[in-house]
Amino acid sequence: MAVALHAEWTKWRTLPGQAWLILGIIAVTIGVSYAAIASQHCPAVGGCIADPVKQSLVGVEAGQAVVAILAVLTITGEYATGMIRVTFAAMPRRLVVLTAKTSVVLALVLAVGAVSVLGCVLASRLILPGHGFTPANGYAAYSLGNSTLLRAACGAVLYLMLIALMSIGVATAVRESAVAIGVVLGLLYLFPILLLAVSNTTWHRHLEQIAPMIAGLDIISATGLKSLPLTPWQGLGVMAAWAAGCLLLGGTLLRLRDA
Amino acid sequence: MTVLTYQSPVADSRDSFGQTVRAEWTKLRTVRGWLIGLLLAAVLPAGFAFLGQAHCATSTSGPNGKSVTTACPGPPIGPNGEAVEDDTYFVHQPLTGNGSLTVRLTSLTGLYAAGGFNTNGGTAGWSSGLQPWSKAGLIIKENTTQGSAYAAIMATGSHGVHFQYNFIHDVTGGASSLKYPVWLRVTRSGHTITGYSSSDGVHWTEVGSATLTGLGPTAQIGMFAASPPYAKPTSGHSGFVAPSQATGVFDRVDLSGASRSWNGAVIGGGPTDGPVDTGVDALTRSGGTFTVQGAGDIVPDVGMASPGGGGPGAPIDLSLVGDFVGLIALIVIAAMFMTAEYRRGLIRVTFAASPNRGRVLAAKAIVIAAVTFVAALIGTVLALVVGLRVLQSGGASILPVPTLTLVRIVAGTAAVFGVAAVLILALGALLRRTAVVVVLGIVVFVLGWLVTRGGLLPTGVADWILRLTPVAAYSVQQSIRAYSFVTGNYTPGNGFYPLAPWAGFLVLCLWAAAALGLAIYVMNRRDA
Repeated sequence: MAVALHAEWTKWRTLPGQAWLILGIIAVTIGVSYAAIASQHCPAVGGCIADPVKQSLVGVEAGQAVVAILAVLTITGEYATGMIRVTFAAMPRRLVVLTAKTSVVLALVLAVGAVSVLGCVLASRLILPGHGFTPANGYAAYSLGNSTLLRAACGAVLYLMLIALMSIGVATAVRESAVAIGVVLGLLYLFPILLLAVSNTTWHRHLEQIAPMIAGLDIISATGLKSLPLTPWQGLGVMAAWAAGCLLLGGTLLRLRDA
Repeated sequence: MTVLTYQSPVADSRDSFGQTVRAEWTKLRTVRGWLIGLLLAAVLPAGFAFLGQAHCATSTSGPNGKSVTTACPGPPIGPNGEAVEDDTYFVHQPLTGNGSLTVRLTSLTGLYAAGGFNTNGGTAGWSSGLQPWSKAGLIIKENTTQGSAYAAIMATGSHGVHFQYNFIHDVTGGASSLKYPVWLRVTRSGHTITGYSSSDGVHWTEVGSATLTGLGPTAQIGMFAASPPYAKPTSGHSGFVAPSQATGVFDRVDLSGASRSWNGAVIGGGPTDGPVDTGVDALTRSGGTFTVQGAGDIVPDVGMASPGGGGPGAPIDLSLVGDFVGLIALIVIAAMFMTAEYRRGLIRVTFAASPNRGRVLAAKAIVIAAVTFVAALIGTVLALVVGLRVLQSGGASILPVPTLTLVRIVAGTAAVFGVAAVLILALGALLRRTAVVVVLGIVVFVLGWLVTRGGLLPTGVADWILRLTPVAAYSVQQSIRAYSFVTGNYTPGNGFYPLAPWAGFLVLCLWAAAALGLAIYVMNRRDA
């Protein structure tokens, strides 16, 4: 297994363009969060945002797309070039290869996700108090010592790791970069879009409970938790179920199919 | 020695641009997966149209504490087919044939519920002050039904004298600050209504005139007052909107052409009104002085942008959300249409057969744009047909839009998808990495819509995204106009785009043209 890990890590780090993906995750996540926070002031016409903690981590919604590229390419890149046949010739046990690839991606996303989320938190800590989000206006102090923010920040990193797992599962199942990315991002972004048209409250609530991105990002909510259809950790659990399901499907197909 | 020049035996006509287009079309239609994708893009949107189904009924507490459920009646419709708000207090009498009404408006004052509206009604404890578009003046209206044709000359809270007619038309009459008393006059001559103002009752200025076709021989003429809700900046989490009312004091009322007694009538004020219309509508008359109090407004319905959050009815572009399911398939096809050539080295065959690289890319762009346009058009039309039927059967209402606007929304959406496909194709030629191109496409055209129109990003950020990025093109889907004379929350989240539909579409076209030009330049310079 250690050999497999070493092999996958070597393959990953020697590919061109990987640094751009890493930088992309960090820049997109922090950039979007910064834009979302810097444009908010309180008091404001129409009311202030209820949840600055969630707003400060909203960049994850865009950064996850780059995480998905990173994870999908780890699998489909080998299929595109035929490298996968060499890989399986060298390491015939498919699940060992899949586990090694998954471990490398997870470790990378953990590190990069942590940097991105810490960047968001740091930027928000510098900006929020100056924009009126102070205890005087009824907002909790924004600091990692605050257990809610700590949960949201750690949860955001875990969420990105689950996105990577889901992407690996889908990519292993469809073996084609474009289709895999389309499926992953479709699963993530289409639910919230379709929800805009759903006015039936019961349906709305059920869709919110099963949509991977909406349920998963319950973990970065800090206020109004009672009105959420799931608790933050239950929401992350739904996301984990999606990731596990996709990975199971991909792993099964990988074992049953020819390379 | 004789120099032999090579002459291809193939006829010249085989080496035309048309042939290149045909070759690209053949490539596209012979990949089974892409055909399936195109089919999905045409069919799937309609499959999601059922999402809009709602039980459109509102529950309110009745007088004895029981919950009363009423079906959503839908907004009143103005003469031009738009949904309108028509709530005012109208002191009127019938006018048959031509005539004119002249008054002196001695004051326009207002009250608003700065601390929230009183649960038991009334205006006790309200603060005094006018809203910018509080209004009082003279009006000639087809009848007292909501949505009927009218023309009115009015003094406003902080925009001076205005002449407005049929809800969507507005003419400014000079300075924005008024010195009371202000003299106002409205005349009817045939189908033409003209509004005048004067500072002394001697020297008159024509502010505007309107031809109201369909005005019967007898119309209602009189004085009115109205006041849109008051919105205050808060540090709370939701907006603060409260009712307001305007009071106009009229004297020296001079009516020619009719001479019956004046009747006060509340226009609108029915169950469709939210809590923000709970001002007091009343007429107090003392000798020749008429004090007219009114709440509400006579304006086009701006849907979710209206301060109270909008009445019944959803904007029509939300019934097109299913299009995004198809769009993802189209993005994948557009990206692969280019990058798949590099995958197996097909690009070298392509360039050997047709060495002019710009021509190849142009042919690809034409094919993918046309195919995407057609698939999106079918998808959008089906979604709209199914969606509207489902919505109507569910009793929910959609804010009506004029036919031309509907055509613009449908054809515009398909055109946006077509040009988007060209942009993605060009990115594919530039970057040659399928995954990156697909993600860029989805992030821009799907996530871009979600964070702006879906209201995930703050308005300021969303507005700039909708001005500068290809997402601007979704302005073709705006179904309700923003009006300068209606105070509203005109944000992307409420369905209002910062650019006009054609301008937004132009932004996308510029992006696509720039990307295509760059791709041709880069392709000509590098190896295949």
